[in-house]
Amino acid sequence: MASSSLKKSKNFIFYNLNLKSKFLIPDRTSAITNSLFHHRLLHSISSPPSPPVPKYASYSQLNSAIFELACLRRRLHSTTSVSNDISQLAVEPTSHQVLDFPGGKVKFTQKLIFTSNSTEERVHCYRVLDENGQPFTDIDSSLKISKELAVQMYTNMVTLEVMDTIFYESQRQGRISFYATTTGEEAINIASAAALDSKDFVFPQYREPGVLLWRGFTLQEFANQLFGNKYEYGKGRQMPIHYGSRKHNYITVASTVATQIPHAVGAAYSLKMENQDSCVITYFGDGGTSTADFHAAMNFAAVMEVPVIFFCRNNGWAISTPVDEQFRSDGVVVKGKAYGVPSIRIDGNDALAIYNAVNEARKMAIKEQTPVLIEALTYRAGHHTTSDDSTRYRSTDEIERWRGDQNPVKRFRKWIESKGWWNDVAESEYRSSIRKQVAQAIQVAERIEKPPVAEMFNDVYDIPPKNLKEQEVFVRKTVKKHTEDYPSDVPL
Amino acid sequence: MSSIFQAVGAATSLSSSASFDTKKFQFSSSRSLLGKRASCVVVRCSGAKMDGGLNQIGGRADHLVTNAVATKADTPAASTASKPGHELLLFEALREGLEEEMERDARVCVMGEDVGHYGGSYKVTKGLAPKYGDLRVLDTPIAENSFTGMGIGAAMMGLRPIIEGMNMGFLLLAFNQISNNCGMLHYTSGGQFKIPVVIRGPGGVGRQLGAEHSQRLESYFQSIPGIQMVACSTPYNAKGLMKAAIRSDNPVILFEHVLLYNLKERIPDEEYVLNLEEAEMVRPGEHVTILTYSRMRYHVMQAAKTLVNKGYDPEVIDIRSLKPFDLHTIGNSIKKTHRVLIVEECMRTGGIGASLTAAITENFHDYLDAPIICLSSQDVPTPYAGTLEEWTVVQPPQIVAAVEQLCR
Repeated sequence: MASSSLKKSKNFIFYNLNLKSKFLIPDRTSAITNSLFHHRLLHSISSPPSPPVPKYASYSQLNSAIFELACLRRRLHSTTSVSNDISQLAVEPTSHQVLDFPGGKVKFTQKLIFTSNSTEERVHCYRVLDENGQPFTDIDSSLKISKELAVQMYTNMVTLEVMDTIFYESQRQGRISFYATTTGEEAINIASAAALDSKDFVFPQYREPGVLLWRGFTLQEFANQLFGNKYEYGKGRQMPIHYGSRKHNYITVASTVATQIPHAVGAAYSLKMENQDSCVITYFGDGGTSTADFHAAMNFAAVMEVPVIFFCRNNGWAISTPVDEQFRSDGVVVKGKAYGVPSIRIDGNDALAIYNAVNEARKMAIKEQTPVLIEALTYRAGHHTTSDDSTRYRSTDEIERWRGDQNPVKRFRKWIESKGWWNDVAESEYRSSIRKQVAQAIQVAERIEKPPVAEMFNDVYDIPPKNLKEQEVFVRKTVKKHTEDYPSDVPL
Repeated sequence: MSSIFQAVGAATSLSSSASFDTKKFQFSSSRSLLGKRASCVVVRCSGAKMDGGLNQIGGRADHLVTNAVATKADTPAASTASKPGHELLLFEALREGLEEEMERDARVCVMGEDVGHYGGSYKVTKGLAPKYGDLRVLDTPIAENSFTGMGIGAAMMGLRPIIEGMNMGFLLLAFNQISNNCGMLHYTSGGQFKIPVVIRGPGGVGRQLGAEHSQRLESYFQSIPGIQMVACSTPYNAKGLMKAAIRSDNPVILFEHVLLYNLKERIPDEEYVLNLEEAEMVRPGEHVTILTYSRMRYHVMQAAKTLVNKGYDPEVIDIRSLKPFDLHTIGNSIKKTHRVLIVEECMRTGGIGASLTAAITENFHDYLDAPIICLSSQDVPTPYAGTLEEWTVVQPPQIVAAVEQLCR
C-alpha cells in the first residue's frame, strides 16, 4: 500500500511538472476562464493570500495572472493544504483531460488537497416554529394544517406523554417488568406518523410507540402488551414495549439495534416490485447509525432506488454514549450524501417541521422511487429504559434545559393556543381524562390471565414439529407433578 | 453387488403417464410441464417409492472413486433414449426447481451476490434475470447481514425471497439476522408476520478452497429455533427440496455442497415436491444403519461397495432433513439393524452428528447393540494442501473400518 501511494505521488508530481508548462500556452485560455478561481481556496494555504483573480479583459492581463498562478502552484507542490470546502475540488482549474471511470467522468486536479474532515458550518436545520411556538414565516399557506389535525396531533402527544409517565411509574411499582419512555421525542413520534398514510409500513426501533398510537392502537392494547396477557398480539412472548401490529402496518419491535433498517429496505423493494402507491419508514437512533446494517441498507436503498424513509432520531445519547463518542461526522445527515441518498436535517422538537418534512419526503420517495434520509435533532429527556439512571452520566441541568423550552409538547401547545384552538381548560380536562384511562387500562390488563402454556410452542413453525410437541408434553407433565410451583395466572 | 442395485432399479422404475421426449432439456421441459399442469404427479418421498431414481445414484457410486464430483460421463447400463424423464446436473436441477416456482408464484424472488446477469457463481440462477427481470433476480452489494435482512423484510410484506449466499461461510455474517430475526419474528410477533424465506448456498469442504471457504454451517445454525434445515445430495432431491423449501411458510436453510453441483441424474419430467422433513432410504440393508447427508453420502456408498464385497449388508439413509431429524425413518432402521454409524462432514464438536447421536441415544437406546460411532471431520480449520484436506474429511476406508468394528 505504501509503495503504491509513493508511486502515485511520483506520478502526480511528474504529471504536474508537465502540466505547468502547458498552462502557459495561450490557447488554453478557455480552460482557465471557464473554471472558477475561488479565492477562498487560496486563502486556506499557508502562503500569503493573493488577491481575488479578476475577470480578464486583456490577453496580457491573462498572461500575468497565469504566471502568478503558476508561481502559486509551484509553492503548492511542496505544501499540502486542506480545503474547507469539499466542492472546491470539482471546479479547480485543470487541463481539459478527464478520466472516463466507471460511474462517471472524473476531472483531474493539480492541487494536492485533502478534503477536510468537517465543513466550517454544520448542515442547517429545518425549523418552522421557534421555542415559543411562533412560526418564523407565515406557514398557513405552505403547510395547511387544519385545526382538527393540529388538535389531534397535540392530543396524541399529550397522551403519549401521560402514558409514558404512568407506565414508567407502574414499572417502578413492580407491576410491569420493564419500560422505555419516549420523553422528549413526542413530536417525532406523532408528527411523522401524521404525515404518513396508514398503509405505509413502519419498521420501528423501540422508541416509537407514538406511531402506533396515532394509527389507533388503544391504551388497552398497549397495556396488554406490557403485561403480556392473553389479549396482546405478541401472545406474551416478547418483553414490554416490543409492540407489533399487523393491522396497523407496524412491524413487531425486535431488541436488536438497527436490524430493522435492512428489513425496511427489503419491504420497500417489495413495494417497488408490486408498484404500490405507498412507502416504508424506518426509525433508528444516533447509535444505530454506527451499525453495519445501517450503512449497507442505505447503500442498497440508493442502488435499488426504493421508496423508503430513513428517519434518524438523533437524541444525543446511546445509553451513556454521547454523539461525539458515536461518530465524528457532522451528525447523520451528511452520511446520506455519501451513499447518494437525498437528506435533510430537521428540528426534532418542532412538530410542524417534522410533519412538513415527512410529508415531502413521502411524496419524493414514492414519486421518484428514491430513499430519503431525515435526521431529526432532539433530546432523550428520559432515561434509556427503566434499567438506566441517566443522571450517572449527564448533568441534571442539561436534562432540565431540554425539558424546558425545547420540550416539543410545550412548543406545539403554544402554537395551537396562539391559533385559538386550545386552552388551559381543555388541557387539564384532557390530561386528567387520559390519566384515568391509562390507569384503568393498567388495572384491566393486570387482571387478565396470561396466554396458555401451549402458546410457548406455537408459531415457532407454522405447524409444531414432533420434537416441540414432545417438549410440550414434557412441560405439562412437569407442571402436573409440581402444581404448587406453577404460576396461578398462566393457564395450561 | 451391482446386481442388487440393478435388480431393484428394474423393479421400481418410474412410470409416467405421458412419454416425454428426452431430448428436451430443463428449459423446454418446464414449459411442457406447465402446459400439462393438470396431470402433474406429485411424488411424496417415502422409502420404497424413491428407489427408482436413487438406485441410479447407487449404481453410479462405482464411477465416483475418490472424487465426490461426478464427471459428465453418461450413465452406464441401459441406454438413455428409451427412459422417461430428462437428464441434468444438480445445479441445473436447482435452477429448474427455482424457475418452476418463480413461474408458479410471482412473489418468488431471488437476491444475492452476482445472481443476476452473471447467473450466479455456480450458475444456479443462470438465465433467470433475463427472463424475470433484474428486480426479481436481484444483484446485491456485499453485505450479507443486510441483504439477508432485506429478504426478511420483504418476506414480512408477502414476498417469498430466496437468499443466496455465494458460499455458506459468508452467511456467518448474516447470523444476526438469521438467528434474531428470521428465526424469531414469527414467534415474537405472535404469528402476525411470517418469514417464508429460503436461504441457500454451497458449503462444505471443496477442492482446496481454503479454510474460510470450507465451512459447514449446519453445525452453527442447528440450534436456532424457528428455522428448518435441509441438505440436498442428488439432482432429484435438490429440485424437490428446493421447491418444497420455497413453498414452505417457515424459513428454510437449504445446504448445497460445492462438489456436488456437477452430479448428473435423470429426473422425472412431471412436477414433484419432496417432503422437507423426510429422510431418504438410499440402500436398504440388514446389518448396520449408516446415517449420512450431502457429500458424505457418496463416500458412504463407495464404502458400501467394499462392505458388500466383504459380506456386510449396510442400510444407508441420507437424512436430508437436518432440522428436525426424521426420527421415524431413522428409528425404524435402528430397530431393524441395532447398529448405527453416523458419517458427516461437520467437525467432531457440536456438529449434526453430535446432535444426532444424542437424539438417537435418547430415543432408541434400548434398540442399540453397540455404541453409536460418529465419523466426522477433525476440529481443525480446513488446510489448503490437497493431501491434508482430503484427510480432514471422512474417507471410505474409515467408514469400512468403522462398520467392521460395529459389527464385530
